Amino acid sequence: MIALTELYKGFRDPEVIRSLAKEIATYASLIDGNVNIMEVCGGHTHTIMKYGLNQLLPDNIDFIHGPGCPVCIMPKERIDHAAALANLPGIILVTLGDMIRVPGSKGSLANYRANGCDIRPIYDPLDTLQIAIDNPDKTIVFFAIGFETSTPMTAVLIDQAEKRDIKNLVFHINHVLVPPAIDAVMADPKAKVNAFIGPAHVSVISGAKVYRPAVTNYNTPVVISGFEPVDVMQSILMIVKQKAAAKAELENQYSRSVSEEGNLTAQALVNQYLKVREHFRWRGLGPIPSSALMLRDEYAHRDAERVFAEHLPNEEIDDHKACQCGDILRGLCKPKDCKVFGRGCTPETPLGSCMVSSEGACNAYYRYNGVTE
Amino acid sequence: MNQINSRKVVQLSHGGGGKEMNHLIKDLFFKAFDNPILRNEEDAAVLHFNGDVAFTTDSFTVAPLFFSGGDIGKLSIAGTVNDLAMMAAEPQYLSCSFIIEEGFEIAKLKTIVESMAKELKQSGARIVCGDTKVVPRGCADGLFINTSGVGRILRKGISVKNLACDDVIIVSRDIGRHGAAILMAREGLALDSELTSDCATLWPIVEQLIAANIEIHAMRDATRGGLSAVLNEWAQASDVEINVHEEAIPVCDEVRGLCELYGFEPFDLANEGTFILAVPKESADATLEIMKRFCHCEQASIIGDVNENRKGKVVLNTPWGSTRYLDLPQGELLPRIC
Repeated sequence: MIALTELYKGFRDPEVIRSLAKEIATYASLIDGNVNIMEVCGGHTHTIMKYGLNQLLPDNIDFIHGPGCPVCIMPKERIDHAAALANLPGIILVTLGDMIRVPGSKGSLANYRANGCDIRPIYDPLDTLQIAIDNPDKTIVFFAIGFETSTPMTAVLIDQAEKRDIKNLVFHINHVLVPPAIDAVMADPKAKVNAFIGPAHVSVISGAKVYRPAVTNYNTPVVISGFEPVDVMQSILMIVKQKAAAKAELENQYSRSVSEEGNLTAQALVNQYLKVREHFRWRGLGPIPSSALMLRDEYAHRDAERVFAEHLPNEEIDDHKACQCGDILRGLCKPKDCKVFGRGCTPETPLGSCMVSSEGACNAYYRYNGVTE
Repeated sequence: MNQINSRKVVQLSHGGGGKEMNHLIKDLFFKAFDNPILRNEEDAAVLHFNGDVAFTTDSFTVAPLFFSGGDIGKLSIAGTVNDLAMMAAEPQYLSCSFIIEEGFEIAKLKTIVESMAKELKQSGARIVCGDTKVVPRGCADGLFINTSGVGRILRKGISVKNLACDDVIIVSRDIGRHGAAILMAREGLALDSELTSDCATLWPIVEQLIAANIEIHAMRDATRGGLSAVLNEWAQASDVEINVHEEAIPVCDEVRGLCELYGFEPFDLANEGTFILAVPKESADATLEIMKRFCHCEQASIIGDVNENRKGKVVLNTPWGSTRYLDLPQGELLPRIC
């Protein structure tokens, strides 16, 4: 039997981290100008800040924290949808934990829960099945969030609901896609990003292949990375080696889990129930074409947006004026550049979504940083 | 006793003030907690003190009631006794109130009460008054216990405000066990593990430290909020920086593993028999030498020190040379752990 520690010990070895830092510095010194690495995924932002990896790097390597946190990119009108649904009689709204604290236009789901709405956070989407079975007189709305990583779990839940004919379970789908978000970031003429760290878990599902267009279109290195500190440091080394050699290639540091094609079974299941939406408005990035999923028409009876259409507000709602989540998600500024960071906006009373989730850039900065800056 | 056993579950009548309640109190509680003051059966216990007295109270609502390494009974005694011990007060007299949900098994109640009696022996404290309420089904989750305690202060001046530059920070054992054990005992976590809660009475160790005349600036058990909460409270209350080294903080493999699975940090997890001390650098060796005589303090370690650089902050040094703030834990980490 292996102990859990054996699974990660090597990936947090101080000697390995130090020697990777040294090698990165050597290659970085050969590069003219800055390497602005966007880690697309919030999981990497968290790793970088928690383990203080940014402190180990030379001055010409900078991180731009990308839009890869499903909670952070959720626009207020979608939270308002969740609140409107939870407010209807006979509804139980089920969602993942972090979602509960994200502010909508009239408060977070936590506020609605405190006022008597039945809102339940879960770890495992499949727990929703039991909630539906235990409450036959209620309608259960699964408020589905997440990137390619968590979409298959929603697909399994839809699949189970269909196969077991559980009629009182509907879905509000907010699943989003990474490649269109990369395109949206790079479409901005002010974009400073010239290298990407590719997501870990997303890529396990989608496969490495989905980043090939980004490498070609923007002439940037993309290195898919694991979430441990050694993974991230090694990925940075791979990036600076490419930069030093003036190359732009797709590399897979996380080869222990990510293949070129990804998880085909998961992809097929997602494809069976969900299709690409024409537009989805991202918090901070605005509307991005073909960047999110929705239920296929055959499953309209499971689609909360169609079943409860008359109860859902249509208004698009922008962030608090002082909140700079948008610019942060586009890599145009850092959390500390925001006037309300740590003052009006803290993890206890977040104004913007980047402060809510542990994967949000503002939350990670607030929690871990300040020591070195 | 026969009458209690034949009933098997607690009924509303057990809290009614009549015959049934009398049986419950006499046959179960008095038997387990027997002492002369309790036996007097007056409306209030009469106590006598000389000098300063510490007074504390705590309610226990842990779910589940039984967990690896303890139960709500053991917790309800150790918790209050430890609060006194952390003020260098000798735990002497405790009150104890039960709020019991109708239908609660008498056999379970007996196990819990016996566990309380056993834990009292660790410190010599006595339960001198109490109360029993039974509430209808659905109005409580099985059993809640409140204990309050008083004790004579044997050493003055131990305070969250008393950390001084060049103090060292000592942790009594590996951290995070109670939070992790409760997490494991909760639904859906069928892990094969020998992890037990650290739930324990700390008075015997504190008593020895006081007897040896060790100078202690601050002392606190790292319950809810874990090590992070204690260090942050100290840094703010004493207006100092506390600088700790991640490598020096003892954490067992099971706790690390669970933290990995759930995305928690051992620093944030609750403890129920682990305490933190701030002592002058010169006293560190003597403190550790005494602590290590006790079996659950074998891993007692110096984890950091105190300086005046970034006042009010706790700084964690990683093994690879970066630093970060060790902030207070946020959100609903784990409800009802004690």
